[in-house]
Amino acid sequence: MFRRLPDSPAETLRFTFDGAALTARRGDTVASALLANGIASCRTTPAKGTPRGPYCLMGVCFECLVTIDGTGNRQGCLVALEEGMRVETQAGARRAVAP
Amino acid sequence: MKRITEAAQLEARYDLVIIGAGPAGQSAAIAAAGLGIATLVVDENLAPGGQIHRGITTTPVTDRAVLGADYWRGLPIAQRFLASAVDYAAGAKLFSLLPAGDEPGRHAEIELGVSIAGQARPVFAGQVIVATGAMERPFPIPGWTLPGVLTAGAAQIALKAHGLVPQGRVVLAGTGPLLLLVAAQLRAAGATITAVLDTTPAANRAGAARHVIDFLRSPYLGKGLSLLAKARGGPRRIAGVTGLRAEGEDRLRAVTFTAGGAAQRIEADVLLLHQGVVPNTVISNAIGCAHRWDDRQLCWVPIRDEWLLSSVEGVAIAGDGGGIAGAECAAESGTLAAIGAAHRLGRIDAAERDRRAAPVRAALERLGRGRGFLDALYRPAAADRVPAEDSTIVCRCEEITAGQLREAVAGGATGPNQLKAFLRCGMGPCQGRLCNLTVTEIVAQARGITPEQAGTYRLRPPFKPVTVAEIASLPQTNAAVKAVVRY
Repeated sequence: MFRRLPDSPAETLRFTFDGAALTARRGDTVASALLANGIASCRTTPAKGTPRGPYCLMGVCFECLVTIDGTGNRQGCLVALEEGMRVETQAGARRAVAP
Repeated sequence: MKRITEAAQLEARYDLVIIGAGPAGQSAAIAAAGLGIATLVVDENLAPGGQIHRGITTTPVTDRAVLGADYWRGLPIAQRFLASAVDYAAGAKLFSLLPAGDEPGRHAEIELGVSIAGQARPVFAGQVIVATGAMERPFPIPGWTLPGVLTAGAAQIALKAHGLVPQGRVVLAGTGPLLLLVAAQLRAAGATITAVLDTTPAANRAGAARHVIDFLRSPYLGKGLSLLAKARGGPRRIAGVTGLRAEGEDRLRAVTFTAGGAAQRIEADVLLLHQGVVPNTVISNAIGCAHRWDDRQLCWVPIRDEWLLSSVEGVAIAGDGGGIAGAECAAESGTLAAIGAAHRLGRIDAAERDRRAAPVRAALERLGRGRGFLDALYRPAAADRVPAEDSTIVCRCEEITAGQLREAVAGGATGPNQLKAFLRCGMGPCQGRLCNLTVTEIVAQARGITPEQAGTYRLRPPFKPVTVAEIASLPQTNAAVKAVVRY
């Protein structure tokens, strides 16, 4: 969906999205790392289960909510990507206790 | 500047807490530090600059021609901010703000809830400056929730902060100076833009004409001319666009619209929407500041006095969060708010305050000229603010449509707060950030009343989601523990 400009010298970071091994750069947020890897959708809505992806990239729309290292409802556009992060699609509503 | 990376590093009390590190917040911090005021700056972003100067100290885009001179104007501000004697918490979350008062539960000073790296702390402040800036106006068209549809501002942030450009067939649609600027910046960065769909109503020109003298005397003239020159020879621009829709099943496939009386369809991979910016009033609303509907900018603005003080004691609102005026005005208003706060803190007397404020007020007057022209020229069409089609989603979080809202109003819901109870609109994670203006205007239109009479959602803290673990990490007083612990 997005491609990186050639003059990006930053360090490469490895992370996973739904188990798939991916790479991005230091300085990326989780949301920008997903967009740079061609991932348009990162959650489904609690109301009707429709797919959603990053929309505003500035913390107001809450469409880029993902599960990061097991914690749900994280705003992907406000979290700096770290080496080895485990990012997962947030499917539907959160549960207080894991099913 | 002292970087705060853990909640434990926060002082228990500051003279001044500034929320946001865009042009207004940074300028307020620079002025406050210069007056020896103990200041904390809390910012959600990972680096200073706000959205307008997003990533100004970290951007991977080294060719300065790509983002342009107006962007790089943010660098000296950030450098002065980073060199100033303030505490700076980046990547921090402000989730509550309790005004000062004698009512039960309140304190002699303002209490803020701040969370950093998963740990929350209360912080007391003598004065607060809210500098949370602007956000893009909602653009509720059919299909605007599809993955692949983003705001033009989002594409600009991806470019500034991360050096990313949208790939494939890119379509921009909407109205306003930012749309043209983003098109020019993306083109300079090598993006292929298939079309720019201009929804600016042709009738706006007549309304703008009466502001033209101010505009010609304003700094906007030069910027506008250079923007239009950059747009020349650019991508296909289609004017008079109405009936915009994003189509696709699980992601965007095409954009359809009407222009020149003909229905058209363009296949697209990325659609970037924009129809102006509006104040982000989440905090000012949730803490109970009085607001009014601004019919020129079609949004809610907090009511402020000449020192930018809101109706809540000790809380000033600087920058675009108090009304859209642009980055340069925001910086000046941050300085003005800090001067006012310094006086209320007893650091400078009234004469000194007024002396320092005079040149700032003069700059605000000069820089604000021409805004009326832009507001009138780029006023978004009524049909792009209140969806005609009943099936169009208005509340993205809870997936509530324009038709459901109109039906509930016909059934007796009198305003946005009753609609929450009827439909859950505005009650998802975004807390109505992306639907409140649309809901206000739908109610106003359906009931034949003004937006001011229709009102808006009453927001409450937390301003941002907090985990149970974050709440549990708050230090507890003996009284608070005794209130819940039973032996």
